[in-house]
Amino acid sequence: MLGKLSLEAIPTHDPIIMTTFAAVVLGGLAVMGGVTYFKKWGYLWREWITSIDHKKLGIMYFIVALVMLLRGFADAIMMRSQLAMASAGAEGFLPPEHYDQIFTAHGVIMIFFVAMPMVIGLMNLVVPLQIGARDVAFPFLNNLSFWLFAAGVVLVNVSLFVGEFAKTGWLAYAPLSGLEYSPGVGVDYWIWALQISGIGTTLTGINFFVTILKMRTKGMTLFRMPIFTWTSLCANILIIASFPILTATIALLTLDRYLGMHFFTNDFGGNMMMYVNLIWAWGHPEVYILILPAFGVFSEVIATFARKRLFGYNTMVWATVAITLLSFIVWLHHFFTMGAGANVNAFFGIMTMIIAIPTGVKIFNWLFTMYRGRLEFTSPVLWTLGFIITFTLGGMTGVMLSLPAANFVLHNSLFVIAHFHNVIIGGVVFGMLAGLTYWFPKAFGFTLDEKWGKRSFWCWIIGFYVAFMPLYVLSFFGAVRRMQSYANPEWQPMMVIAWVGALIIAAGIACTVIQFYVSLRDRKQNQDVTGDPWDGRTLEWSTSSPAPFYNFAHLPEVKGVDDFWTVKQANGGQPPLSEPPYQDIHMPKNTWEGPVMALFATIAGFALVWHIWWLVAVGSLGVFAAFIARVFNEDVDYYVPAAEVERIEREHRQRLKQKGELAYSTRLGVQA
Amino acid sequence: MSRTPSLRKLGALLLAALPLLLAGCSSALLDPKGQIGEEQRTLILTAFGLMQIVVVPVIVMTLLFAWRYRRSNRDATYQPDWAHSNKIEAVVWLIPCVIIAFLALLTWYTSHSLDPHKPIAADDGQEPMEIQAVSLDWKWLFIYPEQGIATVNELAFPEDTPVRFRVTSGSVMNAFFIPRLGSQIYAMAGMDNDVHLIADEQGIYPGRSTNYSGAGFSGMTFDAHVGSEEDFDAWVAEVRESSRSLSFPEEYYALASPSENDEIQYFSEVSPALYESILKSFHAGGEHAEHMAAYADERQGAHGHGGGHGEPAESHGASPSTKGAE
Repeated sequence: MLGKLSLEAIPTHDPIIMTTFAAVVLGGLAVMGGVTYFKKWGYLWREWITSIDHKKLGIMYFIVALVMLLRGFADAIMMRSQLAMASAGAEGFLPPEHYDQIFTAHGVIMIFFVAMPMVIGLMNLVVPLQIGARDVAFPFLNNLSFWLFAAGVVLVNVSLFVGEFAKTGWLAYAPLSGLEYSPGVGVDYWIWALQISGIGTTLTGINFFVTILKMRTKGMTLFRMPIFTWTSLCANILIIASFPILTATIALLTLDRYLGMHFFTNDFGGNMMMYVNLIWAWGHPEVYILILPAFGVFSEVIATFARKRLFGYNTMVWATVAITLLSFIVWLHHFFTMGAGANVNAFFGIMTMIIAIPTGVKIFNWLFTMYRGRLEFTSPVLWTLGFIITFTLGGMTGVMLSLPAANFVLHNSLFVIAHFHNVIIGGVVFGMLAGLTYWFPKAFGFTLDEKWGKRSFWCWIIGFYVAFMPLYVLSFFGAVRRMQSYANPEWQPMMVIAWVGALIIAAGIACTVIQFYVSLRDRKQNQDVTGDPWDGRTLEWSTSSPAPFYNFAHLPEVKGVDDFWTVKQANGGQPPLSEPPYQDIHMPKNTWEGPVMALFATIAGFALVWHIWWLVAVGSLGVFAAFIARVFNEDVDYYVPAAEVERIEREHRQRLKQKGELAYSTRLGVQA
Repeated sequence: MSRTPSLRKLGALLLAALPLLLAGCSSALLDPKGQIGEEQRTLILTAFGLMQIVVVPVIVMTLLFAWRYRRSNRDATYQPDWAHSNKIEAVVWLIPCVIIAFLALLTWYTSHSLDPHKPIAADDGQEPMEIQAVSLDWKWLFIYPEQGIATVNELAFPEDTPVRFRVTSGSVMNAFFIPRLGSQIYAMAGMDNDVHLIADEQGIYPGRSTNYSGAGFSGMTFDAHVGSEEDFDAWVAEVRESSRSLSFPEEYYALASPSENDEIQYFSEVSPALYESILKSFHAGGEHAEHMAAYADERQGAHGHGGGHGEPAESHGASPSTKGAE
């Protein structure tokens, strides 16, 4: 009846997990009780769960990502504590059984359920506004993508309390992830969480690819697009090209595990080298899916706060395109030590270091954007400066790793761990936090508190160096990744320093949480009345904050790069306001099918993990039925009456009149 | 500008880099004991040095530009529409291109000269000694085909003698690595990989699996004892005194069953072509399949009992219940 599932699947013997479980249950009950008490279920359903508004979906991606960041970081702290203790015969507090799940979960969560939703969330929030569109090309798919992603999140979190998670490392290398060596349900949770959320990601890729190509406003040629949109376009091309590889690879592993096939097993002709090749053929483009949009954020931030055009726009675009193409021919550098011949290794090594050229050019372009600018040290700028320095160092260690002959001693060591945290924290995390601060007012109508933002930055950057520089050092002593304990007592001091670094980063995360609280409390003072709090350059700043659900009363017309800036300059620094007459606006309707499909997909995923076949049938039929309902649903759009648009726009104007214009002229005075 | 944020950052950076410099003398990779390792150290330091041509200016320019063109500095030039310069663009493309071109040449050359499959040329044209390394759950089996002996978790070979390690796995993927000697290589079931290494100095060099392979991975370590020819002969003699043998398949599969933090074990007699038998066991019609069912149970068991870690290694020679049907 319940397949492999029984009460024993709940790890009641583990106090760490059970305490967490209790906290999650109590917290969940409190939230649900609160929603019920304040009678907000209807509001949640109408305004958020069924919403197809790209801005709201972007916000929801970010909320989930930040929650998952807390979980992924809890894993990180546990790992660092374990390694600070488990030296020279000491066992620490995490047995391998638990520790191996933790480093696997940490990697999976941080990449798939923190970095990815931040990147996709930011694209959702920003891209349609930057290209002057009212929504994405496929609003229903956008909602479905989010909820499929959420289904993956649910499965990963359920694995903590019911059963186990994979003990294989985040990419679940075969044959370790095969049935023979991982007979438990951990790998199955990994499979279905990634498969379901991965489909959501593929749909997002298609959606934004089409949106950027087809939904640009009048005059917005490709070479007038803001750089963030360009990097998003490239990232989405990478998603479309690479995520199907992930889906297929996991599907083959699924066949091995569920139907006894032998694609990646040790025997019967299975080939684990095929698995490793395939997973990295997706895995390497994946890191560029994360970093390219971060590059985009830095480009926007640095130009805005230096009040200067981005240096070398065309170069920036072509560098991005070059990185996009190159990212598909470097995957073998993740396993030079597999034993391929010297020619093969040399080819992939050289291709890898060639990526350093366009990346280096980008860095110089950011530097020359500051040059002869008027740089304001806001927290997004601090993140950007921290990024340039940290990422340069991370790029350097990346090039060191790309030398096959050097890789033979650095591979699998803590050098690799230090390197990719160097570029992911220094690049993606800094980028996403900069982007969050930068575009937050556009989503919520008030700016984030600068004081706590800067504190967060200093904690993160100092914490990063204290936590990861010791790992570079340890790698030279021969310390490898994924060790649960080590014999050599000489490594312990460095491990303790790294642990202190993790604590400093924890303080940075705490600062961000406090920042949200303080900003919410002071939202009246920090209100963004004008919709253009930073004197921005691109279209998203031309509409009010928070942006109305239809984004633009009149679709803007663009005549060049940084058009909004140019228009403001021509208009005496003042942005033109929308003028009547208004027209009816064609908008998509909310959808119940997206969340319902994802709900049934979650059920099917859970049932597949535990081999509860009747429930698999229920889940699959549910997905199919909701899909059919959607196909036959013709009531998917409506018109916002011109009078309604006029009312909303008039309110914005009134707010401006009340307090905005004063603030406006003061700020413009600075510029003169 | 005594306590500017930028300076503080630089300070933090230097502080973080300091241990790296101090650690240089006693670290395995920076103080290698063999020709391969030495060449790899030189390569790492060369690449590191070369890239400073870009890294140092970038860091300096970041801090300098950010400070010079800060909003409050009214003395600095402000050109809001200056966004292109052919000269600068040429330079920022050219410098990385030149450095990478040089590194690419270096890559091509060293990928071939330090190819792990390439035999090391000995002074007297001596053939490399062959040692076969098999990763098991979770220990290393070393087979000496010329001497007809085998060990678990201990290696020995003479100094100044090129050694060819043939590397495979009796289980999941692992990687064979002795940091002080250089290159590592993956161990994969059914596949015959190899890495050529040499030790130029006597000593005891720690080695381990670097590729995560499951619960007992942290304990998959061994020491490589490098001594004179006489030391090596004495060691071989000691191994030969062991009463234990390693036959294929019975005793091998008993040994291969999962265990953690294993003691050193010696086998004075091994099946002829044991290494080849292990390789073939994964090929069509091989023995691995029939041992598989029992094996999966054992591996599961090794996880189950209170994590399994830290328990004393099972003694395999004493009471081996033969795995699988024979």
